[in-house]
Amino acid sequence: MLEVENLSVAYGAVQALKGVSLRAETGSITAVLGANGAGKTTLLRAISGLVSTQTGTVRFGSRTLTGMPVERIVQSGVGHVPEGGLVITELTVAENLELGAAWRYGRRERARHLNEVYDLFPALKERSSQHASSLSGGERQMLAIGRAVVSHPSLLLLDEPSLGLAPIITANLMAVLLELTRQEDLTVLLVEQNARSALSIANWAVVINLGTVVVSDRAETVAADSDLRHHYLGF
Amino acid sequence: MRLFVNITLGGVAEGLIFSSVALGLVLIFRATNIINFAQGAMAMLTTFIAFSVLGKGVGYWPAFLVALACGLLLGGVVQLTLVRPVQNKPPLNAVIVTFGLLIFLEGIAGAIWGNTNRGFPAAFSQKGLVVGKTAVAFSHFDIFIVVAVLALSILVGVLFRFTTVGLRMRAAAFAPEAARLLGVRVGRLLTLGWALAAVAGALAGLLVAPTSVFSPGYMDLILVYAFTAAVLGGLDSPLGALVGGVITGLALAYVGGYLGGSLQPIGALVLLIVVLMIRPEGIFSQPTARRV
Amino acid sequence: MIKIGPLPSWARLPRQPLLRHLLFAVVGGVFFYFLTQSLSDFNNFELGELAVYAIAIAGLSVLTGTNGQICLGQGAFVAVGAYTLAELEVHQSINLALQLLAAAAMAGAVGLVIAVPATRLRGPYLAGMTLLFALALPFLSDKYGNFFGGDQGLTVLPPSAPGSIDPVKWLTWIQLFCALVVMLLLANLLSSRFGRSFRAVRDDEVAAALAGVHVARNKVIAFVVSSACAGLAGGLLALSSGVVNTGEFPLSLSIFILAGMVLGGTGSVFGAWWGSILVVYLPNQWSQSLGNTFHFNHLVSANFAVIAFGAILIVMMLVAPSGIQGGVRWLGRRLVTFSTPTEPAGNISVSLQQAAEPQRSHDGSEAEHPPTDSGAAG
Repeated sequence: MLEVENLSVAYGAVQALKGVSLRAETGSITAVLGANGAGKTTLLRAISGLVSTQTGTVRFGSRTLTGMPVERIVQSGVGHVPEGGLVITELTVAENLELGAAWRYGRRERARHLNEVYDLFPALKERSSQHASSLSGGERQMLAIGRAVVSHPSLLLLDEPSLGLAPIITANLMAVLLELTRQEDLTVLLVEQNARSALSIANWAVVINLGTVVVSDRAETVAADSDLRHHYLGF
Repeated sequence: MRLFVNITLGGVAEGLIFSSVALGLVLIFRATNIINFAQGAMAMLTTFIAFSVLGKGVGYWPAFLVALACGLLLGGVVQLTLVRPVQNKPPLNAVIVTFGLLIFLEGIAGAIWGNTNRGFPAAFSQKGLVVGKTAVAFSHFDIFIVVAVLALSILVGVLFRFTTVGLRMRAAAFAPEAARLLGVRVGRLLTLGWALAAVAGALAGLLVAPTSVFSPGYMDLILVYAFTAAVLGGLDSPLGALVGGVITGLALAYVGGYLGGSLQPIGALVLLIVVLMIRPEGIFSQPTARRV
Repeated sequence: MIKIGPLPSWARLPRQPLLRHLLFAVVGGVFFYFLTQSLSDFNNFELGELAVYAIAIAGLSVLTGTNGQICLGQGAFVAVGAYTLAELEVHQSINLALQLLAAAAMAGAVGLVIAVPATRLRGPYLAGMTLLFALALPFLSDKYGNFFGGDQGLTVLPPSAPGSIDPVKWLTWIQLFCALVVMLLLANLLSSRFGRSFRAVRDDEVAAALAGVHVARNKVIAFVVSSACAGLAGGLLALSSGVVNTGEFPLSLSIFILAGMVLGGTGSVFGAWWGSILVVYLPNQWSQSLGNTFHFNHLVSANFAVIAFGAILIVMMLVAPSGIQGGVRWLGRRLVTFSTPTEPAGNISVSLQQAAEPQRSHDGSEAEHPPTDSGAAG
């Protein structure tokens, strides 16, 4: 279980998060929703240690993640797919995946885990020896997710995986995510601007506005609340 | 014709030495966006340490290994103590720190070993080989230079291309944040990168010393020639550093052979100007890797 | 903390930067006039040297602090100026002022040749190229010994003083006058349109280009200004040393000047004086007295200055990148606050922290820059 308590983050004079608290049950998908600049990305970056926090703690299972360096947070089972994917374009597809697996698995085991990713995203297998720079937007997003799940994390942080993708590809990605959470005890925090598709697979939803949590409820409840949708989610 | 052949052979050997220093510059530049102006001075220091070890009468090869080991250590220590604090500051801060280190190390070497010109022994004979019946200006030591630098380049290539550490180092260089999100300890790899670059420098120091006067400033010109070579090769391409070094070595050999040795530094300046005017991104730069 | 109420109008500094800078220059001139009257010949000679190095440092400081570029071979441009003046004196006797202008112009022209190719790309090209230039220049005088006077170098006669004025004092006045004029010009340059575009380029080249600044040209101009300052300093140096040869302009001179700039306060025209004190006194007097105190052997004595300058460069960058002038301003703000918002004097400097665009940091924000570093301007 992920527990975030009273998390605050500032960039200089700009307060990006003001005392955010949330919980995510093991094996659930939590959609983190809200307008541009609400603080969703910052929340994920704070959890994985990419930005330093002013106050608050992040606990995952029995561990306190707050204050740990990014690499160690990742190595305690947190996979973070950043906004835009950040695939390493100078490396090949296979090298990107190898890198994701390398901290956890030895050379021999890696091949097997790479194949699992290729099963999830067959498009990547065809292009495994190509440089990631040659991938399309959707393929890059697949690679970014594959690179994060190849090491079998227990918590997956996804930052706008559907950004710029065609609806059909988005739907595919969401289906894969759903499958992943069903197969293993994976907890997912899914940041989306596309609230509709996020809510379609999420169990829980958290709506953030101006750095604070305004709503935290079951996904169906949020999806059904038309006032809320109009106010914060724009659909 | 014989003169031309001899100059060319000399240029290749000299150029491979530039390649070795340039390789060190490139390894550091593409990982940290810093040009290590102390690369030559660090090599000078390790070569002087080898000189002292030689003075103890232990023979050439132990001293050779000591120099390389000291390079490894020095590179790591410099990165940890001096470079890491300026890593995320404006790039000029790092330029000033490495430039300060250049003069600091030269001063220290002068204070310990003196500023006089000395001689440094070569691993192999420096007498020209005889091919058929003609003597050529290429010695056993020049062969050693070629073998040593090519071996180093191949080792670096294998490390980067085929090992997990190499994969991590490339990732850390190209995309530090993404690498950290994949569990790569970027900070450690930067230290390792500096250490490896300093080993390449230490090798160059040992190779240059027998062919020139040996004093605390003897790597100064080699450093700027290697910089020229690295820019020619594209600043972020190890292969470019290798090729750029040979091209620079040849160009300077022809300038020295036909126009006079004291024009070599001016020749390098002209070469650098020409490269920057005609192809500023260098021969081997990957456009996607360049962070301007 | 001392609080000072609204100053009476006569005590306020003029609002226009030009007038304010002129006022400083005049006050400085009067101060130096009386100072030279009370000093011995030798001390006046040293004061002249101080002025000379302050010129070279101030030029570099403008380049680095306000335009975000660096020259590792400022000493070589000093040499260009010195040789230019000496050649003019050997071959053609012309007016001293013209000789000095020629020294500055020649160094500026050489700077142009270096800067045009090196500023086409952003990156370490200019730094590397200026270092190569500094190392290459002495070889020219080896190759063309007849023209450059070889190892002996060229002889320069000190300028003849009018009337009964002491020749040493006359030369010191010339050097001080040049220093004040250069600083006045630099300060005015920085508060002009050019100064604003220099800083814009330093802060963000892309944004500056979008705002209509011709980035490459702007960088070239800043470099030429800096080189010309060094050239003028070289001309003045030739006058007081009496001889110009390559031994006078080793790589260490460039390093001394750079260290002087960093110590004085990068970007601060006035801070150049602090740096100049270091460049004039550390290699000679201070090294000697420290050597006598701590009984250095001859190798340590011979290398003490370079070790010290290297250490200063490194330590200042790690500990106090805004230099002495940055510290002075910080103290000034701490101790005295004016209750009326008068514009601070010498508002021409920045800390080196700002001397280039903030680099991407690992967390993607600029929060790693400590706030004290960005407040050093003004």
